[in-house]
Amino acid sequence: MSVALDMRVEPVLELVSNIAAADRKRMALRDIEDGLRLWRLGCTLGWLDIKLRYRGSLLGPLWLTLSTAVMVGGLGILYSTLFKTSLRDYLPFLALSMVLWNTLSGTVADACVCFTSAEGLIRSARLPFTLYAIRMVVRNVLVLGHNIVVIIAVYALLNVWPGWYSVAAIPALALWLVNALAAGMFLGAFCARFRDIPPIVASVVQIAFFMSPVLWKPDAIHGTYRVLMDFNPFFTLLEVVRGPMLGYMPPLEVWVSAIFFSGLLCALAWMMFMRVRGRLAFWV
Amino acid sequence: MTVFQSGAKIDVSGVSVSFPLYHGGSRSLKKTMFAAASGRLGQDSHQRVVVEALRDLNFTLGSGDRLGLVGNNGAGKTTLLRMLAGIYEPVLGRVRVQGSVSALLDPNLGMNLELSGRENIMLRGMISGLPRSALPRLEEDVQAFAELGDFLDLPVRIYSSGMVIRLGFALATAIRPQVLLMDEWFLAGDSSFMEKARSRLEDMVRGAEILVLSSHAAPVVATWCTRVIWMDQGRIRDDGPPEEVLERYLGYPVQIPPPAPAILPAA
Repeated sequence: MSVALDMRVEPVLELVSNIAAADRKRMALRDIEDGLRLWRLGCTLGWLDIKLRYRGSLLGPLWLTLSTAVMVGGLGILYSTLFKTSLRDYLPFLALSMVLWNTLSGTVADACVCFTSAEGLIRSARLPFTLYAIRMVVRNVLVLGHNIVVIIAVYALLNVWPGWYSVAAIPALALWLVNALAAGMFLGAFCARFRDIPPIVASVVQIAFFMSPVLWKPDAIHGTYRVLMDFNPFFTLLEVVRGPMLGYMPPLEVWVSAIFFSGLLCALAWMMFMRVRGRLAFWV
Repeated sequence: MTVFQSGAKIDVSGVSVSFPLYHGGSRSLKKTMFAAASGRLGQDSHQRVVVEALRDLNFTLGSGDRLGLVGNNGAGKTTLLRMLAGIYEPVLGRVRVQGSVSALLDPNLGMNLELSGRENIMLRGMISGLPRSALPRLEEDVQAFAELGDFLDLPVRIYSSGMVIRLGFALATAIRPQVLLMDEWFLAGDSSFMEKARSRLEDMVRGAEILVLSSHAAPVVATWCTRVIWMDQGRIRDDGPPEEVLERYLGYPVQIPPPAPAILPAA
């Protein structure tokens, strides 16, 4: 005879139609709360996603590290020649920029499909939607974890270390986590409804890559243009992590801009999620 | 503030569920925006095809109730099960389900075919909210029933269809809920396996405080249910004791199988 595994909790599931704003708000809050409580499951799901992606390949997730290393090495030699700077000066900048930018653009692209790619699970069990956003964030954190090896290798190779300022990168990375979660809720819901959003998002990120100082250093620009750059959320969010890791503290206006745009994204995500959470199961 | 919760309970009042059917242009932001720009948005939103899957349902179930859902394909039975499981939320009305719920809706139920059997067991346990300490016990239980041997560490994708069913069934029946929502696929399957599955399934059904079973097989419903709801085009067409409702649904009286009932019709 089988061992009965009784479910331990005796929960009350109460579903009301999502017409009253107060109900919508309460249910969305509860979704986020429940989702955060299930972080462990989110981590497992994200970890399995990465494991599956590289299952059966020779190097596994180390392919990520290798391809980033090759790209950073190649671009480093090319651009330090083009920009006529020393490799020692340029390579740490480039390694950080590329790894961080790849994380940012990868997360944005992944955020678009964070609900649609979980269709099977969404339709088979009631789980908080926040869980899928957490799962997406975990996936991308793991990818970043593999790429960080390249940054450390570059530091070690050139024997340049960022020093104590790098501690400031920790709150900046926490800000990235919040943003990634918000991006998942916002873009994930938006893209579940309108299937032509992901290509639009991809081209916006592509343009942002060339318009932001990723390959070139921010101090290559002066005057009015430099001021305008603080209104580019891609730049300021990149800079709050990159600056400390390169051994300098980004100026206050960069921090203010990064925090302002993060707040804006969170507000957008909340409004979107609150409005459409109840419909997501029908859309995916 | 503390409410004494005595057993499971389901309360459905005034519930409607409708599906928007997005097709072609309505999936596209570009087309929606152009429609808005040319002042056709209002019209467009009315042109959207909406399927009213459930319409104004009202019923309550208490501990000990066994509800059978009958009706033609597309009558809304599966949608109703999904709604009770909390997957779909009502567009109108409210649903209150007290007690742990398990929905056996499709054999693969959230199984990831790329993952190994063992990983699927672990995931399923976590999704059902089992404490970590119970996961080894779940694995043991599923392993004993599914008899997969060394296949447990291989991806489910390479299993034979019989092995997938055994694993899916073992997983679904390993965790005992208070409210059991069951679709009829569970009663279909190859007969040699079902022979083995019978006692496990019967155990589970007996253990549940509330059973909601959707089935086409009148004898199964007549045997296991104490109440039958006949669904028709998303509405409740009839609601009452099994013999009466089934007779009206089928147009002839049902043979209630003898006591010591078998949940499954003999193969």
